[in-house]
Amino acid sequence: MGQQEGYADDVVKGFIIWSIVWGLVAVLLGVLISLQLAWPQLNFPPYFTYGRLRPIHTNAGIFGWGIGSFMAFFFYITQRLTRTRLWSPKLARFQLCLFNVVIALAAITLAMGMNRSKEYAELEWPVALLVVVLWVIFSVNIIMTIVKRREEQMYISLWYIMAALVGVAVLYLVNNVGIPISLTKSYSAYAGANDANVQWWYGHNAVAMVLTAPPLALFYYFLPKSTGVPIYSHRMGVIAFWSLIFMYLWTGAHHLLWTPVPDWVQTLAMAFSIMLIAPSWGAVFNGYFSMNGQWHQMRDNYLVKFLIFGITFYGLQTLQGPSQAVRTFSGFIHYTDWVPGHVHMGTLGWVSLVLFASIYYIFPRLYGREIYSVGMVNLHFWLAVIGQLIFSISMWIAGVQQAAMLHATNPDGSLHYSFMETMIELYPYWHARAFGGVIYFASLLVFIYNLIKTATSGKPAPVAARP
Amino acid sequence: MLEKKPIIFLLLATATILIGTMITMVAPFKWINDPKLKIAEVKPYTPLQLEGRDIYIREGCNNCHTQTVRPLLADVERYGDYSKVGEFVYDQPFLWGSRRTGPDLARIGGKYPDAWHYKHMADPQSMVPRSNMPKYAFLQRPLDTALTSRKMKALHFPYTPADIEALKGKTELDAMVAYMQKLGSDIPWRKAAQAAVIGELKNPYQEDKTVLAEGKAIYDKECAQCHGKELQGEIGPSLADIDKPDAEVFRITYGGLPAGGMPAFGDALGKDKVWKVVNYIKYHQRR
Repeated sequence: MGQQEGYADDVVKGFIIWSIVWGLVAVLLGVLISLQLAWPQLNFPPYFTYGRLRPIHTNAGIFGWGIGSFMAFFFYITQRLTRTRLWSPKLARFQLCLFNVVIALAAITLAMGMNRSKEYAELEWPVALLVVVLWVIFSVNIIMTIVKRREEQMYISLWYIMAALVGVAVLYLVNNVGIPISLTKSYSAYAGANDANVQWWYGHNAVAMVLTAPPLALFYYFLPKSTGVPIYSHRMGVIAFWSLIFMYLWTGAHHLLWTPVPDWVQTLAMAFSIMLIAPSWGAVFNGYFSMNGQWHQMRDNYLVKFLIFGITFYGLQTLQGPSQAVRTFSGFIHYTDWVPGHVHMGTLGWVSLVLFASIYYIFPRLYGREIYSVGMVNLHFWLAVIGQLIFSISMWIAGVQQAAMLHATNPDGSLHYSFMETMIELYPYWHARAFGGVIYFASLLVFIYNLIKTATSGKPAPVAARP
Repeated sequence: MLEKKPIIFLLLATATILIGTMITMVAPFKWINDPKLKIAEVKPYTPLQLEGRDIYIREGCNNCHTQTVRPLLADVERYGDYSKVGEFVYDQPFLWGSRRTGPDLARIGGKYPDAWHYKHMADPQSMVPRSNMPKYAFLQRPLDTALTSRKMKALHFPYTPADIEALKGKTELDAMVAYMQKLGSDIPWRKAAQAAVIGELKNPYQEDKTVLAEGKAIYDKECAQCHGKELQGEIGPSLADIDKPDAEVFRITYGGLPAGGMPAFGDALGKDKVWKVVNYIKYHQRR
């Protein structure tokens, strides 16, 4: 295990540490902007308003914490599944530097108001170009390692890794096409409904290629590693993989139901969103069935607890998502707080829990020490789950309440509530959400403290013996 | 087989991704660009409006405000006529948004007079006490017009050097308000949607003092920001000594006065509440 077998793991450490730093920034900013919604006097224009900080929150979360740690794990997993040293550790070290430069530049430029306005594709073109360079050198390194592999068979995790590499490349390039005006300003190349349709084809498939395929790659790798028993069905994994990457790309327009985008595009998106339940739950069942005879590990193996809760949130997410993609329900809850509630179950629940498990698995191994405190791992787990549930559940209730009020009419057909009458009802829920965010932030502090103690004063031990 | 051939696998995965992409992302261009969906009245942005739009983007207004009215009763009554494809052909990028923390702005143009926007943008809570919108008073600074011509050229919008010259002395707030007033107002929907109240109107609450408190509550929430707490007038005219008959006050409140900057409250409040507020205004005047 580790460096002694000749794997390039230093860069894995680097990506893990920096992704955690950016994750902490993302959650801290999340807490701040949730407070700004509840108390507008916490906005400090021009740089620190909700409008400028929210894109930094999402970019730090998705690209800093998400992609940063996926880069670490793609390097880690690919080397082990191919039994091959990384094609170019030097390039990977350069990639780590570039990654941090890009995320820092993203935060600075967004705070300064350099913003393309397209969600999760806000970065102005010079920064976006650096993202492209970053992705190309990353993809080349991973693919060359796979091409030169010493293990002939490619395990399912590698499939998800490769799909994510090409998927992100296609999406990012197409959605970022623009007309540069200056170094700090550009316009989208597409107009109106076309731009909307391209954007949500990108936006929704960023969910597929960044927040679904990579964590599934990790899940398929670390669940068997943690439990010590193989995955339930390779064939089910294969079928779920192909149908997932086929169907996802049809669903972007469910973000645009009832808008001027052509009806047939909306209807297709709706239908494929429902169909996506099958491949999504293929992965969920594969996870659950892999636990046959191993459910006791939920009690005595904290890694399994994170992974199984993670895949459960994924299962809930992929039922809730399709239900929101139905015209009638979308007409009701779209544009309300229901949606942030949904999104954060995916990011704080599914993606982050799987990432925590993966970090808890490899961190002690990378440092050749045992985890400093299992009690703290459990504390981290419960704070994270409780914080996330407070966040999501308060937002779902807020969304349903506001939707019901917005749609309420008087007997003569006029509206029963003005917009403001519905909005002021949200304040208590916004307080609850901020509280949930603070708890989640506390869970991260416990997590980070435990990792620092593990690296500096954990008991030196070969941890490979874990079942 | 695939499990042993990474390059073939990569090509196949890419092809799989491209099928849905071609059908739901590439093909719709043809439908959306259909010349039949063009709307002749919809005009490109003027230099001032475009600069306003860029400030809207810079400040991330789209994080809290949507710009698309859905063909649903609640949306149409609250915001106006539903959005049409042809209304967005000059929007690069589109700004439909995804969350309505604040109200939709697709049809904000013409709803309020300019003065309302200036005051509201600088201090939203002075107009809407429990609003959670940040204060944008800092936009009262000179507009940077260094790139304006280049922007207009890049988007192929018509302009004259005089238009650019006219931007001298404008503030960012001027540009923002110009943009607000343009939104959704190219098509004459407001006139078409204006509720015509027909037949003889009789105040059902005449001399009824029991509904005065309710009328005052509605007035404070919906009217006071422009007509003043004591009906003394501010952005809108004083109502303190209004001498129009009840039916006329009802008509104006219900259907609005688009030319005078008075919004229509009929769809939002309904007849009953409008009568109550009319009753309050008239009672206040008789006092």
